[in-house]
Amino acid sequence: MRRAHLAATAALSITAALSATNAQAADLTLCWAAWDPANALVELSKEFEAQSGHTMKFEFVPWPNFADRMLNELNSGGKLCGLMIGDSQWIGGSAENGHYVKLNDFFDANGIKMSDFIDATVTGYSEWPKNTPNYWALPAFGDVVGWTYRKDWFEKPELQAAFKEKYGRDLGVPATFAELKDIAEFFQGREVDGKTVYGASIYTERGSEGITMGAMDVLYSFGFRYENPDKPYDMDGFVNGPGAVAGLEYYKALYDCCTPPGSSNGYMSEGIDAFKSGQVALQMNFAFTWPGFESDANVGGGKTGYFVNPAGPDGDQFAQLGGQGISVVSYSEKQDAALEYIKWFAQPAVQAKWWEMGGFSCLKAVTLDPAFPQSQPYAQTFLDSMAVVKDFWAEPSYATLLQASQRRFHDYVVAGNGTAKEALDGLVADWTETFEDDGKL
Amino acid sequence: MTDDIISRERAAAPGALRRRIGGLSDRALAWIFIVPTILLLLAINIFPLIWTIRLSLTNYRANRTNAELEWVGLRNYERILTDPDIWNSMQATAHFLVWTLVFQVLIGFSLAYLINKKFKGNDLWTTIIVLPMMLSPAVVGNFWTFLYQPQIGLFNYVVAFVSGVDPSSFSMIGDVRLAPWSIVIVDTWMWTPFVMLICLAGLRSIPDYIYEAAEVDRASRWRQFWTITIPMVLPFLMLAVLFRGIENFKMFDLVVQLTGGGPGSITELTSINLKREAFEKWRTGYSSAYAIILFVTVFGLASIYVKALNKVKER
Repeated sequence: MRRAHLAATAALSITAALSATNAQAADLTLCWAAWDPANALVELSKEFEAQSGHTMKFEFVPWPNFADRMLNELNSGGKLCGLMIGDSQWIGGSAENGHYVKLNDFFDANGIKMSDFIDATVTGYSEWPKNTPNYWALPAFGDVVGWTYRKDWFEKPELQAAFKEKYGRDLGVPATFAELKDIAEFFQGREVDGKTVYGASIYTERGSEGITMGAMDVLYSFGFRYENPDKPYDMDGFVNGPGAVAGLEYYKALYDCCTPPGSSNGYMSEGIDAFKSGQVALQMNFAFTWPGFESDANVGGGKTGYFVNPAGPDGDQFAQLGGQGISVVSYSEKQDAALEYIKWFAQPAVQAKWWEMGGFSCLKAVTLDPAFPQSQPYAQTFLDSMAVVKDFWAEPSYATLLQASQRRFHDYVVAGNGTAKEALDGLVADWTETFEDDGKL
Repeated sequence: MTDDIISRERAAAPGALRRRIGGLSDRALAWIFIVPTILLLLAINIFPLIWTIRLSLTNYRANRTNAELEWVGLRNYERILTDPDIWNSMQATAHFLVWTLVFQVLIGFSLAYLINKKFKGNDLWTTIIVLPMMLSPAVVGNFWTFLYQPQIGLFNYVVAFVSGVDPSSFSMIGDVRLAPWSIVIVDTWMWTPFVMLICLAGLRSIPDYIYEAAEVDRASRWRQFWTITIPMVLPFLMLAVLFRGIENFKMFDLVVQLTGGGPGSITELTSINLKREAFEKWRTGYSSAYAIILFVTVFGLASIYVKALNKVKER
């Protein structure tokens, strides 16, 4: 009897001990897009698992469905994601609708300073309302639209000579969009290494956000502004001003003259394919794609060059911001573990490793390190690009605003309906209606 | 007859169950069988419909559940019916619907007519022809984007071979004039076998003696076709049109994979447009009104059509 009692007590103690361990260690799910950086984060997170005892799970959704899937999750109060690396434009809606946990107190308590991160990423990924010290995310992955070019083709003497003869200048990295179009035209339909190649791959995707990201990337430098700086939501003359019209006309001209046949619905992956397969001389794409080119058999090993978005006709130079911040989902039951992860992720050593593994760190300690520009062939371009970023609306109605621009831009650029002025006038009307519905106008 | 069945079942049931069934009337038994179905229908069909009608009269947005709900009456309906984009979408749907039905009926009936003739390899050809309809629409949409690819696509090469134009000089899914036809071609390729099978069933249901009698009366083949084959296959054909019409009115996956609604909005069918309103723009009240309008349209058209079908069957 005594022995049986002893055995039962021992069994209970072991069970209790195991339960205690389980209570401390959580299964933490991180939700993000399915792409190369996510794979790098899985590797990086193993260190966190070892240190914390938590088990990490990952829910990755391909980009075209990422917003649909994850916004559904947030809007329905889903508990799947403890951590969300959500797109920068979601910040307004997620903050106002209570999807994300406000992180100010947590940052203060753990010595995490937003001034340690690249300013544009703090504004773009963390703040809502913009330019106020209200933080809903830690900048996790810096990204920006930039350009890659076939350095090996640019260095061919026969192509250099032909270009100089035609345009009267050297074939090199374009400083302006006008120069970029010249280069794209030069390569369009040209035989290089026995193969017909084309000028440029640009964003034209209709379904999610592709053509908006591409067109905006150009429009900013031509003078497009979202609103009157003195009167919020006053868009007439800014969204559809002469500069914006010229920018959209330029984007259509670039699409018409210099893209490969069948480029009517291309976004990030189509751009990667076009560039890696040697179809195009120039490629517009987010910086996250760049590490993949360096390791590619066809375009790696010094064959690829990188450059910042060129300047517009008046010398303005901006680029479309990409990237995301990492947030704690307010519906999650694993908030403590999620905060623990953010604390771990914010450490300079972890951020340095993140950069090494292909993640674009936003921590100044990493990016301002004197060795940073030489650390990768694209590092300097990344830094220069991040210095000139602008982002799309991050309002709670961003999805409605985005759908309007997708339709207006695709209608004009790809389908060729109407004029650039009509497309942008229509966009002002759509956006005005949305802000009226929101009670902001 | 029903009583016989119940008595037999009662006799076959074990003791306790027999006593329990024995205490129930036929009507009660019928209710026991019907109630679960009715409850299920109420829960998954009728309640959501009523709820959707309610939502359509509000400004509700599913992504802002904490916002104040405002009663807007018929404003959503008014906005939809006066929105030129919605009408463009309806036009794109009508183009898709009409042409897919025309092609599928013509080709489907012709194939059925040919397959109905006895020839060597008849069964093999039937199997090959019905293969496309066994594939997933998303898969079909995806691989047709490759077939339509101007640089490597087989479709462009075939057209180039036949017409002599440069294969990369046209883009089926990137050109506003060609894109509406690109989705018609793919849907026709995929669903013509379905129409063919229904027509084949119709053709095989015609008794041989009718043709034999016509032969005796010296009716020509042409006359037999128009006075025997077509009238007797017509109810089957109309049924196929009804099925395909309803399916194509709500077409989504195939077109999303192929064109994403583009270029511009030229192939943005109502279902794609509705999905964007409901789950991308999150205008739940507005999209509920949109869904109700589509439901009434399909329901109304289908009812008229079924009446016509019944009349044809009665003849």
